[in-house]
Amino acid sequence: MFPNLDINFVIFGVMPYVALTVFLVGSVARYERDPFTWKSSSSQLLRRKQLILGSVLFHVGILTVFFGHLAGLFTPVWVLDALGIPYALKQWMAVLIGGPAGFAAFIGASMLLHRRLSDPRIRVTSSYPDIIIMVLIWIQLAVGLLTITQTLQHMDGAEMVLFMNWSQSIVTWNINAWTTVVDVHWLYKLHIFLGLLIAMLFPFTRLVHMLSGLVAPFRYLFRSGYQIVRSRRRAPLARRGRNAATASQAHQRKTSDTQPAE
Amino acid sequence: MSHLLDRLNFLQSNKLEKFANGHGQVTNEDRGWEDTYRNRWRHDKIVRSTHGVNCTGSCSWKIYVKSGIVTWETQQTDYPRTRPDLPNHEPRGCARGASYSWYLYSANRVKNPLVRGRLMKLWREMRKTKTPIEAWTAIQSDPILRSSYTSKRGSGGFVRATWDEATEITAAANAYTAKTYGPDRIFGFSPIPAMSMVSYAAGSRYLSLMGGVCMSFYDWYCDLPPASPMTWGEQTDVPESADWYNSSYLLLWGSNVPQTRTPDAHFYTEVRYKGTKSAVICPDYSEASKFADVWLNVKQGTDAALGMAFGHVILREFHIDRQAEYFEDYCRKYSDMPMLVRLDENGDSLVPGRFLRANDLDGSLGEDNNPEWKTVAFDEESGGLVSPNGAIGYRWGEKGDWNLEERADGKEARLKMSFILDDDHDEVCGVDFPYFGGAATEAFTTGDKRPDILTRNVPVKRVKTADGEVLVATVFDLFCANYGLDRGLGGDWVATSYDEDVPGTPKWAEKITGVPADKIIHVAREFADTAEKTQGKAMIIIGAAMNHWYHMDMNYRGVINMLVMCGCVGQSGGGWAHYVGQEKLRPQTGWQPLAFALDWGRPPRHMNSTSAWYAHSDQWRYETLEAGEILSPTAPEGDWDISLIDYNIRAERMGWLPSAPQLKTNPLEVAKAAKKAKKDIPAYVAEKLKSGELEMACEDPDDPANWPRNLFVWRSNLLGSSGKGHEYFLKHLLGTDHGVMGRDLGEEGRALPKEAKWHEKGPEGKLDLLVTIDFRMSTTAVYADIVLPTASWYEKDDMNTSDMHPFIHPLQAAVDPAYESKSDFEIFKAIAKKVQEVAPEILGKETDIVALPLLHDMPAEIAQDQVRDWKKGECDLIPGKTAPAYVAVERDYTAIYDRFTALGPLMDTLGNGGKGITWNTQEEVDNLAALNGVKLDGAAEGRPRIETAIDACEVILMLAPETNGNVAVKAWEALGENTGREHAHLAEGEHHQKIRFHDIAAQPRKIISSPTWSGIESEKVSYNAGYTNVHELIPWRTLTGRQQLYQDHLWMRAFGEGFMSYRPPVDLKTITPEVQDAGDSLILNFITPHQKWGIHSTYSDNLLMLTLNRGGPVIWISENDAKSAGIVDNDWVELYNVNGALTARAVVSQRMKDGTTFMYHAQEKIVNTPGSEKTGKRGGIHNSVTRAVLKPTHMIGGYAQQSYGFNYYGTVGCNRDEFVVVRKMNKVDWLDREVSEKEAAK
Repeated sequence: MFPNLDINFVIFGVMPYVALTVFLVGSVARYERDPFTWKSSSSQLLRRKQLILGSVLFHVGILTVFFGHLAGLFTPVWVLDALGIPYALKQWMAVLIGGPAGFAAFIGASMLLHRRLSDPRIRVTSSYPDIIIMVLIWIQLAVGLLTITQTLQHMDGAEMVLFMNWSQSIVTWNINAWTTVVDVHWLYKLHIFLGLLIAMLFPFTRLVHMLSGLVAPFRYLFRSGYQIVRSRRRAPLARRGRNAATASQAHQRKTSDTQPAE
Repeated sequence: MSHLLDRLNFLQSNKLEKFANGHGQVTNEDRGWEDTYRNRWRHDKIVRSTHGVNCTGSCSWKIYVKSGIVTWETQQTDYPRTRPDLPNHEPRGCARGASYSWYLYSANRVKNPLVRGRLMKLWREMRKTKTPIEAWTAIQSDPILRSSYTSKRGSGGFVRATWDEATEITAAANAYTAKTYGPDRIFGFSPIPAMSMVSYAAGSRYLSLMGGVCMSFYDWYCDLPPASPMTWGEQTDVPESADWYNSSYLLLWGSNVPQTRTPDAHFYTEVRYKGTKSAVICPDYSEASKFADVWLNVKQGTDAALGMAFGHVILREFHIDRQAEYFEDYCRKYSDMPMLVRLDENGDSLVPGRFLRANDLDGSLGEDNNPEWKTVAFDEESGGLVSPNGAIGYRWGEKGDWNLEERADGKEARLKMSFILDDDHDEVCGVDFPYFGGAATEAFTTGDKRPDILTRNVPVKRVKTADGEVLVATVFDLFCANYGLDRGLGGDWVATSYDEDVPGTPKWAEKITGVPADKIIHVAREFADTAEKTQGKAMIIIGAAMNHWYHMDMNYRGVINMLVMCGCVGQSGGGWAHYVGQEKLRPQTGWQPLAFALDWGRPPRHMNSTSAWYAHSDQWRYETLEAGEILSPTAPEGDWDISLIDYNIRAERMGWLPSAPQLKTNPLEVAKAAKKAKKDIPAYVAEKLKSGELEMACEDPDDPANWPRNLFVWRSNLLGSSGKGHEYFLKHLLGTDHGVMGRDLGEEGRALPKEAKWHEKGPEGKLDLLVTIDFRMSTTAVYADIVLPTASWYEKDDMNTSDMHPFIHPLQAAVDPAYESKSDFEIFKAIAKKVQEVAPEILGKETDIVALPLLHDMPAEIAQDQVRDWKKGECDLIPGKTAPAYVAVERDYTAIYDRFTALGPLMDTLGNGGKGITWNTQEEVDNLAALNGVKLDGAAEGRPRIETAIDACEVILMLAPETNGNVAVKAWEALGENTGREHAHLAEGEHHQKIRFHDIAAQPRKIISSPTWSGIESEKVSYNAGYTNVHELIPWRTLTGRQQLYQDHLWMRAFGEGFMSYRPPVDLKTITPEVQDAGDSLILNFITPHQKWGIHSTYSDNLLMLTLNRGGPVIWISENDAKSAGIVDNDWVELYNVNGALTARAVVSQRMKDGTTFMYHAQEKIVNTPGSEKTGKRGGIHNSVTRAVLKPTHMIGGYAQQSYGFNYYGTVGCNRDEFVVVRKMNKVDWLDREVSEKEAAK
């Protein structure tokens, strides 16, 4: 139908919008329709071993990598220029922070994946999406780490700017965004493709628990007062001992005689 | 509105209202999520229903319905309160019942009528050109066509059918069978009507209108304890569970109350807070054992030895060395202990013989009526012999003296219990008692070298009889000698001290049972002491563990003897509490006319299943137990050396046991021939039987003319649960794949039966048609030809009663039957309608001849005071006297449906009744006509309608004394005429009480006292068996009219069971060198108790219950046994013997006693059962390694309490004497591969 359709256009020009749409609409729909499936589906109850270390390594690493990508890709180039941060420095920062974090996440993910596949109870209680997304993330981490080998070959940060331009073009509706990444190494392309794929699968997996981070009950941390305990107690504590023998009479007393619930 | 938008509240004020000086705050977060949890438990309605069939818990339940779907159930808590001093009946219920709703929408539900594919194909082909009858005839008369589907039973291959097709095949088969072979070739099996009585009645009413055979169940399940009818003339009557609370000493003997009587167990818990002591006798550390103050872990199968030792101690301390006044008084009035027994010469020694009867004496003590049925005792008042009131001779042919007043011949009488005093006896003689302890098999032997006859001294008196002087002794004196007690008379085989190792003493019992003698003495003493102080408030709760042995009578009579010695029977808080599959169809006399169509024709055809299945699944062809092995060394001369089936044939011939089929010739044809010969039917049949032109079917069970042809199984899982000899059923009755590994008597070269005709090759595939009616795809359904989907217990209207509580309450349709299912009532109605359509092609109004055995509670129960076989020329054949009665019954095959749905005219003309009394019930029939309406047309025009299950319930409730006070008063008055005493006060206040279906829908109702039962419903005492015998002086329905501890029938004496004694388990010889593989060395006693995860097979395929256990069949073995065979917990193991093989996982537990394995019975083989390495077939059920074996003493008939009654007396299907080889499986093969092309082609 489109004999001249460039595959790069499909993946880097169209797929981002498809992925973002699926991500947004899918997530909202799931939250509205099936709120009780919106959870991390932890398997901690089935087996604690190997989970804690793997999970901490993975989450610390992946969060660092994730926010690193977010900040790195979406900070406009003129901001760097204005602040006078050399591109090479930024790239070095990315490699030095993102590299170890990515490595930690990869180790953690390997442990989690091994645990998920090898423990018979966890294996049997895992859904297909659980396993697919874990495998995808594991591959994505591996690919991401492999791109470092390419990055180290041109330390001027020029390629990094290409990716910044691409992502910023995408969110600014630039139809030609795809052209910026046509010539990069295939490892980068694979990494972007997998990233978009994961974003598309996001609403249908346990990854949705990430969004709960945004709406977590942070206010609870800053609450005032005390936790509320509902009570059916009618008589105040101080008088209970004295009236123990006539507890039933206490119940019949007029409300004016009693204190409000604690 | 939107979960997301509601969460986007970041711009809202987060200022919260505070109170309590800032210590409290009112939060405003969204609480919408709470509704989800509220909706989870929200429902549209609650309907009262319960769980039908087999669970005697009979708990009332709330069934929750939401959007037309049954969602879950919870326990009802609104049982009527009984008395201030008694805990509430609720909570009743258990995890099994709570999981029932799973079945309704499970994959295992039968959703449509199913027909075996090959049969369906044949039928549709035939029906293109033929009428239904012709079509069925064509299939049956071609052996290749017939076996094309019968040989595939159990192999799947069902196809969906319409109701119209399925009922048409069934109706055509039934009509064809009635016409070709006789209606008595149509069998129907369904258990325990008390739970869902209308569903039972639907099938049995249909069968009875057709002339088909209703098969018994209680005896077949081996839940009937024959010791009960032997002792009390009563099937089984027991205290309600609330009466446990009135007990002061509870002995649990082989009963696992918390596990198998879960809803009632709370009374057991509660009474212990009152200070009641409890001893538990049980080989394994069961759930009940944990309740015990004293746990006696007896060796399995040796309970009778323990019973003897208990009795020995009680007699010694409370009857001999000191006479407890209450006990003596009780035994004199309420037991046969004072009755006189003749001592017969047997060679040069004496053995206990028959009871002395009035007709033995000159002038028969002035008794003209039935003097041969009136026992004799010595009266202290007159100093002479008297015939005390109450013997069975007083029950028939006269009125007014059949009671337990201490009177004889109109005068006060005080019966003498013993001739022990020097002045009282004429001499002291040695009397022979059989001793079986030395004959134990390897697993039970103690190296006992005592002789098999023990001669003990007994004080005797000389009595002049019509034919010379005889020696007599009292039952009590013989009884004490039998227990091995030295009463100062000296001699052998008696003991003065408990430490002597003499049969009967605690020391002797210790060796056999493994229970220390001091524990035996301790418990016996406490039990009796409590009973003396409380006037009988000591109770023994007893269960299947005791009753499923071949010699169950010995176990049970040991217990009963103890209770009678201690005056416990008939006293609130005391007595014999046998809870094993016991049925308490409380409104029984109202139900019987409905269930057996007594309103249209009497009598119905009843058959004892044990004998029938033994014959028709050809288990008799493999019988290795010879009569000689169980015969008493003291047996009188006689022709005893015949096989067990021969005994059964004699019993049928003499009218003791029922027969099915009855005659080799079709009874419809016999009736026609009699009419043609212008002869009276009984006379004609007698003449032809004598001449040999007519034969009894039982004499040749393998002749095709004598096969059962059609079988209905409903409310039951005959093949997956109760079918002892499961593999023999598959081989011979069904003719399909089986696991029988043994060879028959012919192949083994053993002695063949003398009376039963032997065919070289046993027939395979006797049944033409097996119809299973079930809501789930049970094992029986898997083997059926037609499976009809029935309504579940939450989808039909019906009624429930139990002996565990005094209430009647309903099953109700909470929702309509799911998928295409219909209630049992509607299914049999539909079949009846179809028969009415198709049968007239070959059948019209016909005369049928029903062979009726000499029934208990009928005048025929005193037909044979001597054993005489007409065929051997010992007497003439007199139907109803020396042989079965042959009764003409009119059938109308053109009006089966019309009759099914209306109450027939015999209720008006013959009235209603039960247990030996009758009353006019016209008032009730008229009321039913007004309540249900009458039929407007058809053959039953003008008769009260029974169109719906609720109509049927109303019939039962209206006719039964238990639910209609007016009838109760009539019934008590009728009984009063017989006893000469006034009993109507027991129901007087209830005169206007009438319980209707909608009353019980509102709340369970307590029933009204009725003479059908031996206990009463009152505000003062809980229901307890024997209460009216003791407190109203109504005789027990036995020969002596009293609790009969001595059994004097010739066969009882021949088989050494005149008195109770210890008999070790029998040798069934099922592990032969041929079957046992080299290296398999673990041989264990195979015990099949009731389980925790199911009620028989129900729930054993229920996901919730499977999840609570190991998810499939398991057996339990001890750690030592497991180790010896290299088995670790959860290993797959195989159990086998000549009967077949089964596969299961092993549960290895410290709880088990070495030498035994438990397989909780009836774990369905349709769930997680791999193939057996031994048979190559799928592993079987627990009954794959068992085979039924008969006991001649259970066949006795025409002899007072030892007379046949449906589910009342007769042979029982015991199974605990069985041994199996246990081995670890090498390879677990699920046989789940696809069939290869080659196999498919084959």
